[in-house]
Amino acid sequence: MKLDAKIPAGPLAEKWEKHLFESKLVSPANRRKFKVIVVGSGLGGSSAAATLGELGYKVSCFCFQDSPRRAHSIAAQGGINGAKNYKNDGDSVRRLFYDTIKGGDFRSREANVYRLADKSRSIIDQCVAQGVPFAREYGGLLDNRSFGGAQVSRTFYARGQTGQQLLLGAYSALERQIGLGHVEMHPRTEMLDLVIIDGKARGIVVRNLITGHVTTHMAEAVVLATGGYGNVFYLSTNAKGCNVTATHRAYKRGAGFANPCYTQIHPTCIPVHGEHQSKLTLMSESLRNDGRVWVPKAKGDTRSADKIPEEERDYFLERKYPSFGNLSPRDIASRAAKEACDAGLGVGPGGLGVYLDFRDAIQREGEDVIRERYGNLFEMYQRITDENPYKGPMRIYPAVHYTMGGLWVDYNLMSNIEGLFVVGEANFSDHGANRLGASALMQGLADGYFVLPSTISDYFAKNKFDKVDTSHAEVKKVENEVNELTKRLLSINGTRTVDSIHRELGKLMWDNCGMARSRESLTEALRKIPEIRNQFWTNVKVTGTGEELNQVLEKAGRVADFIEHAELMCLDALEREESCGGHFRVEYQEEGEAKRDDENFAHVAVWEYTGHTKKPLRHKEELVFENVKLSTRSYK
Amino acid sequence: MELTLHVWRQKNGQDSGKMVTYKARDVSPESSFLEMLDQVNEELIGKNDEPIAFDHDCREGICGSCSMMINGKAHGGRKGTTTCQLHMRSFKDGEQIYIEPWRARAFPVVKDLVVDRGAFDRIISKGGFVSVATGGVPDANAIPISKEAADLAMDTAECIACGACVAACKNASAMLFVSAKVSHLANLPQGQPERLQRATHMVEQMDKEGFGNCTNYFECEAACPKQISVRSIAVMNRDFLKASLLHQEPVGKA
Repeated sequence: MKLDAKIPAGPLAEKWEKHLFESKLVSPANRRKFKVIVVGSGLGGSSAAATLGELGYKVSCFCFQDSPRRAHSIAAQGGINGAKNYKNDGDSVRRLFYDTIKGGDFRSREANVYRLADKSRSIIDQCVAQGVPFAREYGGLLDNRSFGGAQVSRTFYARGQTGQQLLLGAYSALERQIGLGHVEMHPRTEMLDLVIIDGKARGIVVRNLITGHVTTHMAEAVVLATGGYGNVFYLSTNAKGCNVTATHRAYKRGAGFANPCYTQIHPTCIPVHGEHQSKLTLMSESLRNDGRVWVPKAKGDTRSADKIPEEERDYFLERKYPSFGNLSPRDIASRAAKEACDAGLGVGPGGLGVYLDFRDAIQREGEDVIRERYGNLFEMYQRITDENPYKGPMRIYPAVHYTMGGLWVDYNLMSNIEGLFVVGEANFSDHGANRLGASALMQGLADGYFVLPSTISDYFAKNKFDKVDTSHAEVKKVENEVNELTKRLLSINGTRTVDSIHRELGKLMWDNCGMARSRESLTEALRKIPEIRNQFWTNVKVTGTGEELNQVLEKAGRVADFIEHAELMCLDALEREESCGGHFRVEYQEEGEAKRDDENFAHVAVWEYTGHTKKPLRHKEELVFENVKLSTRSYK
Repeated sequence: MELTLHVWRQKNGQDSGKMVTYKARDVSPESSFLEMLDQVNEELIGKNDEPIAFDHDCREGICGSCSMMINGKAHGGRKGTTTCQLHMRSFKDGEQIYIEPWRARAFPVVKDLVVDRGAFDRIISKGGFVSVATGGVPDANAIPISKEAADLAMDTAECIACGACVAACKNASAMLFVSAKVSHLANLPQGQPERLQRATHMVEQMDKEGFGNCTNYFECEAACPKQISVRSIAVMNRDFLKASLLHQEPVGKA
């Protein structure tokens, strides 16, 4: 596997401009000769499809939901970072770059992260021009809030629905292109495989989820914007439909999968209520601007929160990390909560919870101000738990939220397969081993609006494309494989439901490859996953047929891929013998903090598929740091 | 809890469909309504029956996928709540629950509780946007927008396009949905240049899709999980009327 990151030479701040100038262009009249397939319609997919349509390319966009507007970017609550320095508090592109590199525990590429920080400013401009109703101050200018891992206020927000508003902005741009006939939209259509002809990604095989028809769409380039794989854990804050299928099947066709073990556990989610729970709900990190996290100092303290006096409370984040306090980064805050609960100090049923308390903020600012800031989040909490967070503290517990790993891409966002581009959460590129809050929206939109549309033209201009259509032998071969897989799933007719197997996998992954991992736990998981895989392929039950809307069949295909992907995650976690960011190996710690091994692991691990049940190959892309000094990440 | 469910089952768009009764046993009051349906489906699969198809995704009230009439009310009728955020503690043990899909000509049933809401996307594609391409836009703070206007815009921009407004309306009107977008952009300076044509084009498409008209019963507002106000319909009507009054045949050159 050839891994050339293609990072341009020259000073950090000039790399992108220089690269743009050296890139080849496709003239406006020629653009309509190139067709691009975009899979996924979240922030990355919608913004890419809309922008490519505006530029004059022929675009087909696919999503499994009934409308592109429902992609899970819509659920992001807190905000989007932009290095505008509107607050005059010392922010700059350089500072956002540094915060992101440091937040990622020095496991991301300098050049990519700098470009992201730089583009963050254009994103805010673009969204405002689209009519995104960001929060404003009385003078009419944009308001900002703070987020974890930063000491400046650079987060733009739209109440607690920033992701929704940004996605609707991108969706409206996309719908405009659909209306103009520049983009062809295929909702309720799921990508099931990638077609590679003469080494280039040339198409995708899809299933129409209503009719079950399997067809192939051809293009000159394929863009995957299919999100992350957090649902490997069954319970996560991801939407139920989020899946790894598109990226995993691309991996099986030869695309390198980078850092699969990097998963983010978000500290502020509503605790699990019972065995029938289907998903977890996040409470925005922005709540930590005003909420204080604590547990009782005494074990087994069963008094209600209001009966526990101040001196008997442990505000553990403020105590351990005085300079960042409650706004410590997610991995650190999650681990601290887990430690408190492991020590028997947790609150609520099962002791799996810590308090997030607004008492002081309400006393200081008044209930109205807090309602203005977080009203919808408080309502949501109350709706789910039936408890009033204005009267008593919320109970929160960490949950799987985001995956930093993803398909390997170069500086142009192209994978090691020519013509296969990957944007947003689906790629691995910008967040290292831990993503800072309000940076996912930023990355999806930077990739889709500004980076991909420029780099894709260079690819088109520099390559020759043979005319191929769906009669090509390779297309027939891949289609057949997809149809065979469907048939196989429908023919097992065992006794276990897809969900029950998915739950079993999720629990195994949470226990063994979750917030804390060890050689033993990972070895154990790698022993058990093949058993689950075997259970699945011999004993799963998929009802109905392949020629209709069949939600069980859809789920079964996705879970089959999750099982294989889980194995890859554990393998990656086992072989990364260090702790960094969200990847915490209990063997590698110093006073309870993650202990990196820069000498041996300052690289991206990229996995190459070698065949069913065969051990994949681990390749390395060494990370070069020319502008930041690798230091121990301290938030103390 | 134990409940008796009467659920609309319809194999596909051609099938005529019927209500079928199921028992939901051992339901936790902490479960969400969709988790209760998951449980029923698991049991159906165990008996080799086809599970009930329904749309759902984020399960936190924001994607707008879930769409069912529960006891005749869109999303179950709890104020400001989507089906996925409705919890079983809102029901009584032993209760009979009737579950149906959205009923509207413009939302044909696909299967069981799943309907096709593509009409909403087509309406947006006719004008629910500001015509700016990526790049070449002014600095985000170049045009101040009063906090009041931004807040008003946000109030209707929160629409999740679930379709409850249509389902709740006896005329199956989509006026709350369309006006929410019209009103969102009408409150912002960025929305002004295309303001009147936006209202006209979106209303035209709405009519083409077969949605009914508004007769001021305001069932839509009561059903809206995002509590969008019918005042937005007044904004849209004013813009639409103004557009018709101001409409001039282009004179152009001789």
